[in-house]
Amino acid sequence: MSTLSEQILGAPAGAYVDREVDIAFAHDGTGVLAREALREMGVERLPHPERLRLIFDHIVPANTGTTATLQAELRGYARSSGIELSDAGGGICHQVMSEGVVRPGMVVVGADSHTCTLGAFGAFATGVGATDMAAIWASGSTWFRVPETIAVNLTGRLSGAAEPKDVALACVAKLGMEGATYRALEFVGDGAAGISMDGRLTLCNMAVETGAKAGMFHADAATVRYLAEHGVTASPRAPKDCCYERTADIDLVDIVPLVAVPHRVDTVREAEEVAGTHLDQVFVGTCTNGRYEDLARFARIVRGKKVAVRTLVVPASRAVLARAIATGVLADIVDAGCMVAPPGCGPCLGAHAGVLGEGEVCLSTANRNFKNRMGVGGEIYLSSVATAAASAIAGVIAVPEVV
Amino acid sequence: MQGAGPAVCLGNDIDTDVIIAGRYLRTKDRSVWAEHAFEDLDPTLAGRLSGAIIVAGRNMGCGSSREQAVVALREAGVVGVVAPSFARIFFRNAVNVGLPVIEAPVSCTDGARVAFDLDAGWVEVDGERYPARPLSEKMVAILRAGGLVPYWRSCR
Repeated sequence: MSTLSEQILGAPAGAYVDREVDIAFAHDGTGVLAREALREMGVERLPHPERLRLIFDHIVPANTGTTATLQAELRGYARSSGIELSDAGGGICHQVMSEGVVRPGMVVVGADSHTCTLGAFGAFATGVGATDMAAIWASGSTWFRVPETIAVNLTGRLSGAAEPKDVALACVAKLGMEGATYRALEFVGDGAAGISMDGRLTLCNMAVETGAKAGMFHADAATVRYLAEHGVTASPRAPKDCCYERTADIDLVDIVPLVAVPHRVDTVREAEEVAGTHLDQVFVGTCTNGRYEDLARFARIVRGKKVAVRTLVVPASRAVLARAIATGVLADIVDAGCMVAPPGCGPCLGAHAGVLGEGEVCLSTANRNFKNRMGVGGEIYLSSVATAAASAIAGVIAVPEVV
Repeated sequence: MQGAGPAVCLGNDIDTDVIIAGRYLRTKDRSVWAEHAFEDLDPTLAGRLSGAIIVAGRNMGCGSSREQAVVALREAGVVGVVAPSFARIFFRNAVNVGLPVIEAPVSCTDGARVAFDLDAGWVEVDGERYPARPLSEKMVAILRAGGLVPYWRSCR
C-alpha cells in the first residue's frame, strides 16, 4: 500500500531511485542554461527528443536584443535536436503541459519550480534546475528521493466568493513556507472531488510555496472528463490505503477570500482585514490563475463596469485566449478598461511587461510576493481572481461579493 | 570533502529572488550574477563572499528553480553554504554546480571561523562541532567531481 509518490516512483519514501522521465520541459530562461550545460557535457545526440519540450513563456515576445538572441539560439537548438518547441504566444509551460500532454501516473520534470502544478492529474511532477535538465536531455532519466507525504484532507464545499486560490493561500498559511520541505502533498478527502481541474491546478501550483517537491490529486471522474476534452483517454485511479507522515485538515466551508501580504506567501490575512489598501496595479494571470475559468470569473465580475486602477490580464495560453475570444469573455475584459497582454508569464517574475515602480503596490493572482520580485521597491499582495476583480473596480483592495 | 572560511550570516527563508534578482537573469555572463548577488538584501554583501562560508537560517534558497542563484554564489567564491534546512531545488542545484551544501543546525555571528567535512559529517563554528545530515553517495560523488557536468564527463 503506497502513497501516490511511492506508487509512481516505485519505491518507499526515503529511498533514492533512478527513473526514466515521461516528459521533461524547460522554458526560455532555464532552457538557455540547460543548453549551455549540455554543450559543456559534450553531448551531441539526445536519446529521447520526443519526451522533451521547450516552451517560451518567461519573456515573450523578447524585450531586448540580448533576450532575442538567446531565444534565437534556443529556437535553433530545438530545430536541430528534434525537441518540440512552443514558441512565444503559445503560453506558460505548466498550462501548455496541462492541455492534454500530462496524464495520470506519469513522471514529469520541468526546469521551473512550479512544475508541481501538473500533479493535479495524479502525475509525479517536480521542478529541477538547468544542469539537472541537461542531464535529463542527455540520458532520459534522473534520480529522485521518494518523498514522505503530507495528506491535505479537504472536507466540505467552497461557498460564497471563496475560490480554490483562497484554499491554496490557506494551505500555505497552515503549513508555512517550509512546512512541507522535501515532502509531497496529496490533496485528499471528500472536498477534493468538488474542486474543478482548473482549481486543482491552482492548488498544486502553490504546493512548492510550502517547500513541497510535489502537490498531487488522485485522478478521478473530473480528471478523466477534463483530459477527454483535450483528446486524451485516461482512467481514474482510486486511492490506496497508505502511510502519510501527517495530515493537515482544511474544511472548505471555513474558507473566505484571503490575501497574502508583502513580502511572505505564508503571511495571509482575510481580505476584509486589508480592504481599502491603496493599489497602483492589478494583475490577473500566471501559472496560478491565468486559466479560462479564471478569466471567465474575472469577466463576470467586471462586465459592464470600469476598472479604477491599471489592470493587466494575461491569459495563460493561446488555447485560453482563443476560448476567451470565442465566448466573449475577452471583450468584457477589454470593455472594462483592462489591458490584455500576450499569453505567457507576464510581469510575475519582474522581467518585463508590467513591472512595478518604486513604492508601487500590486494585487496579483500569482504565487509569490517576495520583496522586489515584480520590480525594485514594489509591494505585491496575492489574492484570488474574484478579489482581484472586485479590487480592480474599487481601485483599492476590496472583498468580492458573491456573483 | 572539506572547507573552511569566515562566516557570512543570513536569516531564515532567503529566497532566490534575493540571491539574484530576475532583472539580472538574461545573460550567460556568470560574473554578472556574482557581482549582483544579494543586492536587494545588502549591496555590500557580494564583496564579502570570496572565501566565505554562508551560514543561513531555515529554508535557504526557497522560491524559483533558477540555477543562477547557486552559480552566483560559487562564482563569487563562496566555499560552502550551511543551513538547518534548504529548499530542495536550491539544494539539488548546489550539488549540481559543485557548491558544497551542509545541512546542520548551527548559529553564529559574522566573521566566525567555520569549517566543514562532508565525509565525516560535521560542521564547526569557532571550534564547536555540530553533526551534519549526511548526503547520498551520489551527491557526494557529484560534489567531489566539481558538479554534474564534470561528473557526467568522468562517467562517460
